[in-house]
Amino acid sequence: MKTFLIRRILALVPVVFGVVTLVFFIIHATPGDPVEIMLGETASPADRDTLRKELGLDRPLVVQYITFIGAVATGDLGKSLFTNKGVAESIAERYPATVQLALCSMALAIIIAIPLGVLAAARKNSAIDTGAMAVSLLGVSMPSFWIGPLLILVFSINLGWFPVAGRGGIESLVLPSITLGTAMAAILSRLTRSTMIEALDEDYIVTARAKGASSMTILFRHALSNAILPVVTVAGLQMGALLAGAIITETIFAWPGIGRLTLQAITARDYPLAQGCVLTISLSYVFVNLAVDIVYALVDPRIRYK
Amino acid sequence: MRYSSFSFFIGVTLTTGFVLVALLAPFIAPYSPYEQDFYNGLAGPGALHLLGQDSLGRDILSRIIYGARVSLLVGFVTVFISATVGVALGAVAGYFGGRIDEVIMRISDIFLSFPGILLAIAVMAVRGPGLENVIVALSIMGWTGYARLARGQALSLREREFVLAAEALGAGPLRIIFLHLLPNIAAPLIVEVTFGVASAIVGEAGLSFLGLGAQPPTASWGSMLSEGRSFLLIAPHLTTFPGIAIMLVVMGINFLGDSLRTALDPKSKKVIRAV
Repeated sequence: MKTFLIRRILALVPVVFGVVTLVFFIIHATPGDPVEIMLGETASPADRDTLRKELGLDRPLVVQYITFIGAVATGDLGKSLFTNKGVAESIAERYPATVQLALCSMALAIIIAIPLGVLAAARKNSAIDTGAMAVSLLGVSMPSFWIGPLLILVFSINLGWFPVAGRGGIESLVLPSITLGTAMAAILSRLTRSTMIEALDEDYIVTARAKGASSMTILFRHALSNAILPVVTVAGLQMGALLAGAIITETIFAWPGIGRLTLQAITARDYPLAQGCVLTISLSYVFVNLAVDIVYALVDPRIRYK
Repeated sequence: MRYSSFSFFIGVTLTTGFVLVALLAPFIAPYSPYEQDFYNGLAGPGALHLLGQDSLGRDILSRIIYGARVSLLVGFVTVFISATVGVALGAVAGYFGGRIDEVIMRISDIFLSFPGILLAIAVMAVRGPGLENVIVALSIMGWTGYARLARGQALSLREREFVLAAEALGAGPLRIIFLHLLPNIAAPLIVEVTFGVASAIVGEAGLSFLGLGAQPPTASWGSMLSEGRSFLLIAPHLTTFPGIAIMLVVMGINFLGDSLRTALDPKSKKVIRAV
């Protein structure tokens, strides 16, 4: 296990380094002079030069890159060009809202997906299976930027059950979680179905059946406990995708998370903030994947010896 | 009806239907997608305008019909670019192995570390809004999947007898990759490409929804949805119909991909035969 961990963490080093590099160069390739955006077109050249120097933008790109790498290593992500607030501080304020939304969406997806997938597998090739899989395909096909406004229309505007936007009590979480979690529920239910079908084909199921185990025991105790591992892995991996997918959902529901902050920073050309946000989401994605791999290796010893 | 037959039927019908709508748009659209009628802005569905009119009085049905061209064009071109680049790099990595494989796969790992939409948004911020840039952004985002698939297949095929025989007969690496490896990757690739078109369509609509994709007055389903959001209370039809169009085309392609996967996957064939 120790060797596996060391190998997995070492493999992460070039990836993290590559992510940091790519983020820096993508953000710095963005057209538009941040100094001009901050001071406006009417600012004097002297004022512009002073600010450029202050921000370190007068130095060659390579020097800026090396400084950036050093700063990231020490956790210093700079200050927002517009609010002058620390980037790390802004991210720390918004990040919990995104994590909360992603966790609720995932919980909702799992609650729907697993029973649906088990039911479809248990009734393979029946009308129930066809119906369940058609519904799940419908879930994958409905983009969040359509589901969100429709949910607002029905449940907020017409029925008045949930708030239209913003982050408040538990009721404000319902519609954004459904919006973000629908596609995930669809993906997980399809995966549950296929892993369950494979598990139900195994010899130990025949043995359990021969020993007189009930259908429910076979489905949930023997088949599901073996089929659930890949589902949990994919759910974990998708957690990272949910953090990024939240960009659209947060925009629709004015949810004060890091996704909306990223979009605002990119459109405002707030380089340090955009850089920090993109980096945080990407690194969260990388580390969630690492955590899933480690948990998977802990529960399934075969992984460690591959 | 078994799920595979059902999905094939729905998939082929919807996909062919939308391709025909896109091709025949100038002949079947009742109005020009740009024709404005300010007096009837936000009018609901009626006899003259079946799906209603937008804030500028443009016919929503006509804009949806023309929007199919944008969506399918972006879907097909994006997949063509990303699949060509991805398969070429993946096949080279898998066939040659060693350092080349390491370098290509590490680059792919870095791209995979960016959640898709985030990378596309960042690229769009660099290149500015517009359809060509949407295609570039989505292709940059999509090549890794094809590269992984082609590499995996090439790795398993390169030690097979027919490849060794070709090498013994003096065939060069390019000949082996193009004539011997790629034709054997075709089956899983077709499935991947089908799903790729669906994700590219959703990607384009998503970027247009965020204001980073197609720019006015281009009729794009994503930008129509984005406009509709501002009028959700008084004109919900602006949001409803473009969304249904996206859902139907994506569902059609996904159903098609699903049935192709079942048809081309020997493992699933075995499962069906065993029933």
